[in-house]
Amino acid sequence: MLQLNQIEKVFYEGTPDEKRALRGIDLTLNEGDFVTVIGSNGAGKSTLLNIVAGVLFPDYGAVSIDDKEVTFLPEYKRSKWIGRVFQDPMAGTAPNMTIEENLALALGRTKKRSLFKGVTQNRRAEFKELLNSIDIGLEDRLNTKVGLLSGGERQALSLLMATFTKPRILLLDEHTAALDPARAELITRITKDIVAKHQLTTLMVTHQMDQAIQLGNRLFMMDGGQIIFEANDEQKEKLTVEQLINEFQKIRGKQFANDRSVLSV
Amino acid sequence: MVSALYGALESGLIYALMALGVYLTFRVLDFPDLTVDGSFVTGGAVSAIMIMNGSDPFLATLMGGVAGFLAGCITGLLHTKGNINPLLSGILMMTALYSINLRIMGQPNIPLLNQTTVFKEIGSWWEGLQIDEYLLKPFTALGLGEYAPKTFLVIISMIFIVFMLKKIMDWLLRTEAGIALRATGDNARMVKSLSANTGSYIVVGLGLSNGLVALSGALYAQYNGFSDVNLGIGMIIVGLASVIIGEGLFGKKSVVRATLAVILGAILYRIIIALALRVDFLDASDMKLITAVIVIGALVFPKWWKEFKEKRKRYTRRKTLNKQQQEGGEENASVKSD
Repeated sequence: MLQLNQIEKVFYEGTPDEKRALRGIDLTLNEGDFVTVIGSNGAGKSTLLNIVAGVLFPDYGAVSIDDKEVTFLPEYKRSKWIGRVFQDPMAGTAPNMTIEENLALALGRTKKRSLFKGVTQNRRAEFKELLNSIDIGLEDRLNTKVGLLSGGERQALSLLMATFTKPRILLLDEHTAALDPARAELITRITKDIVAKHQLTTLMVTHQMDQAIQLGNRLFMMDGGQIIFEANDEQKEKLTVEQLINEFQKIRGKQFANDRSVLSV
Repeated sequence: MVSALYGALESGLIYALMALGVYLTFRVLDFPDLTVDGSFVTGGAVSAIMIMNGSDPFLATLMGGVAGFLAGCITGLLHTKGNINPLLSGILMMTALYSINLRIMGQPNIPLLNQTTVFKEIGSWWEGLQIDEYLLKPFTALGLGEYAPKTFLVIISMIFIVFMLKKIMDWLLRTEAGIALRATGDNARMVKSLSANTGSYIVVGLGLSNGLVALSGALYAQYNGFSDVNLGIGMIIVGLASVIIGEGLFGKKSVVRATLAVILGAILYRIIIALALRVDFLDASDMKLITAVIVIGALVFPKWWKEFKEKRKRYTRRKTLNKQQQEGGEENASVKSD
């Protein structure tokens, strides 16, 4: 499904600011896997996601999707198979366009955009049904400009836009981090539902340990550009936040505590 | 006076095409494109030289538009492939076009007075229809014959052309590709993540925009009876003035509304200029200054007005608060003295 082979990425190479963001990352996602990735700031989580998405290209190593090498395929070509939700609720939608136009835009992800009308009667009905499925009252506001929605509503819409065309891979980049606890809970629930419904292969980056444990069937912990701990299905069932922190200390021999507030246990 | 207003209406309608082009870049694509100063002349130059060489005026006008489309695409490529800042790529193209326009024309000015232009071509057909006579009847009936224009030819034909192109633009911006084009100006990062190449949308958008601008330039040259290499100076500001005035007065809620507003803005702008030129101490040479002042006013005034209203609101609230406090204070004092 998704394969990363010995991925290396260095920023500011050859300067005093040199930062080795990823060091030899190997990972394989199988069909239907829901992997959560956890780690402190600067661990390389976002770089990893950007390399999968094609925003960044690796210095070394290869990325392949469905056994097709895509390492240097530009983002706009690769996103045919990749759905993505950003951390910033403003990033995933076009604020000056209506909800239905945004959804029509997302519909064009999998096929060529034509010179036919973007929002037809049929599609409008489809969109309505689609919005109904997340049940937050957006179905009656198809003609509202997205800029007028709240952060939570926009994030829910982004999630819908990224997923309803059934991408091969779904990338979630701390997509609940900018929301208040209640909204974050809601988005987490919708994420769970949608991923289960379409059985999407998902890679989710998060800061919250409890969320990482609660969601998905596999868990990676990253630090210093490496995957230092991996829990599979069975192990993850029994995993607790305390264990995860202990694990980190054992492997790294340093305190995870600095990040405890950020990780919101 | 009145004939000046008809003139303003006619040239306003021709400029409206240019304003639609400017709207497409400045508003829809959020790309401040200064190519306009050059591509406006390119349109005029190409159509003039083709008409001089005996081409069909309609074909000549169309080719003027095509030349503008190509110029816009080059600006787009400078930005997307060359990674040059939007403003700078427009300025570079505008500068290059000045020389190119001179090359096309071979001389700084081509007179078209004795040539068959689009308007003359439509005119011969127009007279057969005798529409003017019908339209002039109400004027003469009301005894306003002297206030009537000589012919409605330019006004009617331009209304037809402008609204046809507006319709096409409205339709285009609501197609699947059009939605992606608009989203490119709204949130480019998202568009890329939804599998659309923002670069090609920018190139095509700039092409279409400058195509409209050049079409406007071609029609303007034929309307005025000459093409001049300096005709385009400050044209971007005229377009911007039309967009800002139009949106400010007529709204920009939807695409359909905004394009209409831009057209009306262009007409209104010409009327304002026509009126301003009636003022004794202003000359035709002051036109650019007037335009700049109008744009500055349209940009600054709404903000000032808002702030002023806000301040006044705060002031009255403060006053009532003070009054309440004072009254409260007096009550307390009287209670004490009791």
